[in-house]
Amino acid sequence: MSLLQLDGVSLRVGGLTAVREVSVAVPQGEIFAIIGPNGAGKTSLFNIITRVFAPSAGRVLVAGQDITAVPRHHVVRHGIARTFQNIELFDAATVLQNLLLGRHRFPHGGFTAQFAWTPAVRRAEIASRAAVERTIDRLELSAYRNAPVGGLPYGVRKVVELGRALATEPRLLLLDEPASGLNPEETRDLAFWIEDIRAELGITVVMVEHDMSLVSAVADRVMCMSMGEVLATGTAAEVQADPAVIAAYLGT
Amino acid sequence: MRFDYDTSYADAQRLLRHWPGRIAYAALAALLLAGPLVLPKFFIGEAAATFIACIMALGLMVLTGFTGQVSLGHAAFVAIGAYAEIGLLDAGLPFPLALPVAGAIAGLAGLLIGLPAIRVSGLYLAMVTLAFALVVEQAVGRWKSVTGGYDGAQVPDARLFGANIGGLVPFYYVCLAVLVLALLALINLTRGYVGRAFVGIRDSEAAAHALGIWVSGYKVLAFGISAAITGLGGALLAHQVQYVTPDVFSLNLSMQLVLMVVVGGLGSLRGAVLGAVLIGLLPTAISRLKALLPAVAAAQFGLETFIFGLVLAGFVLFEPSGLNGRWIKLRSFFEAFPLYRRRTFVRGKAYASSERHR
Ligand SMILES: Nc1ncnc2c1ncn2[C@@H]1O[C@H](COP(=O)(O)OP(=O)(O)OP(=O)(O)O)[C@@H](O)[C@H]1O
Ligand SMILES: [Mg+2]
Repeated sequence: MSLLQLDGVSLRVGGLTAVREVSVAVPQGEIFAIIGPNGAGKTSLFNIITRVFAPSAGRVLVAGQDITAVPRHHVVRHGIARTFQNIELFDAATVLQNLLLGRHRFPHGGFTAQFAWTPAVRRAEIASRAAVERTIDRLELSAYRNAPVGGLPYGVRKVVELGRALATEPRLLLLDEPASGLNPEETRDLAFWIEDIRAELGITVVMVEHDMSLVSAVADRVMCMSMGEVLATGTAAEVQADPAVIAAYLGT
Repeated sequence: MRFDYDTSYADAQRLLRHWPGRIAYAALAALLLAGPLVLPKFFIGEAAATFIACIMALGLMVLTGFTGQVSLGHAAFVAIGAYAEIGLLDAGLPFPLALPVAGAIAGLAGLLIGLPAIRVSGLYLAMVTLAFALVVEQAVGRWKSVTGGYDGAQVPDARLFGANIGGLVPFYYVCLAVLVLALLALINLTRGYVGRAFVGIRDSEAAAHALGIWVSGYKVLAFGISAAITGLGGALLAHQVQYVTPDVFSLNLSMQLVLMVVVGGLGSLRGAVLGAVLIGLLPTAISRLKALLPAVAAAQFGLETFIFGLVLAGFVLFEPSGLNGRWIKLRSFFEAFPLYRRRTFVRGKAYASSERHR
């Protein structure tokens, strides 16, 4: 059974069809890349999976479970975490607090207990902190731990967002253009982390990415979209050689 | 110069971690406890009123400072707290029970108004809360059988174990105790997952949803907690003024509360307290100042409003992070001495996020 399965998913916004009957299955443990020209509907696909939008047709299955109609804030319980194309961080909060927000779905010692900061709350906070510190170590963020994210360099902000997604302990990680705006060195780090995340944590990664060097380096399979439709799916080399894909990129 | 070395995660949770801070707060506590013994009567009353202002401002800070929801109508919750207190005492509830129940009633009202209010944000939310406050003000004036209407209502004495604690000095300690309890409860709330969720909603709703935060639920919750704390202040205010009329809860009070949280520094409980102290003491300061001004200026109508406006404009222009921001800068100046850099607090490039990809 595949971890993520889309069955004929479509999305109409206004008169426009942003996504048209997309069907795809991503097995557990795969690194799956989605490419395509601007406005192809890649982000829209992520927004459907994370329930920002309800699809106008089709179903979304995660590990066989239908999540097409779950509330938006329940998506994370199904083990799905995402990053955003235009970084969505909590700017006034520190790196540590941003990552701790990733622990929101785990137990925290009860609501009324919060007001009294009971031992149960204290233990839960320590457990969250310990979990978050593992992510900080993995992504080498310790130098920024107590810095407000609003003032951090762009590349670091992207890593913080990745860290926050990892802090939710997902099965499926959706990365929306993780390398955009990064320099070559940062992109190499990112490639390493993506492979590391899969190998060590067993997380399945679906990423939207324009940087073909990154895609070729890490992705097992690539899907190319254009105008809301899937043009081709296969290895990076196959997809890049596909005539329909070449035509879409050349704009004919 | 000082560096923090945590040797365990529990260390990082401790509230007062350093000796200078502990000594300062111990001194403050001693001052506040000894205050009524040395202060003249007028200032004891003034201090109690300031504590009440702090409690009400703390309530609004939860809503506006933490979740970023504006309310121009918090006087309504003050009113609900005050009239609930009168009603409960009239019904025979003892004061120590009536006080928290009055807060809870205001909190329920907050949940109810929060339900429709969270559908809107920004300017529209400001309008909704403003309208709510006007409705409550009118209702309080007309609903004579319950509130006494515009004629006002006498507030029953606050009694603890049979003794009247409404007197100047005991009431000072009651207000101080409630303030300390409310502050501790909110400090705990805001440093845990609920406080983080509030801030998360304020800074990015899209990310908050994706992390599993039930955004609308937490917005309503913030309304409820905020209204409960502000209502608690209202219940105490009733005892402070002893005779309650609807004009106590005018738009002016709502505006002063907003002023307190903005001037204090949004997003910080310390800011709410500092702002409430400054704004709460301003009218007294102004009336003292009047004696020193030339007669023409002192007699001017609206001098008070003018100075309030001036203070707000000054903060918005020169210290947007409020009194709390000023405090943090001062503190880090001493902690980092002699290595303080102004640039530490200059914010880096801000990155715009677009609506489309949310
Ligand atoms: N909320 C929305 N309202 C209106 N139109 C939308 C909305 N979201 C997406 N669209 C439209 O859907 C189409 C696909 O957009 P989408 O953001 O999914 O593209 P994309 O493949 O992520 O592009 P890019 O590479 O620029 O990020 C675009 O034409 C876009 O204008
Ligand atoms: Mg996109």
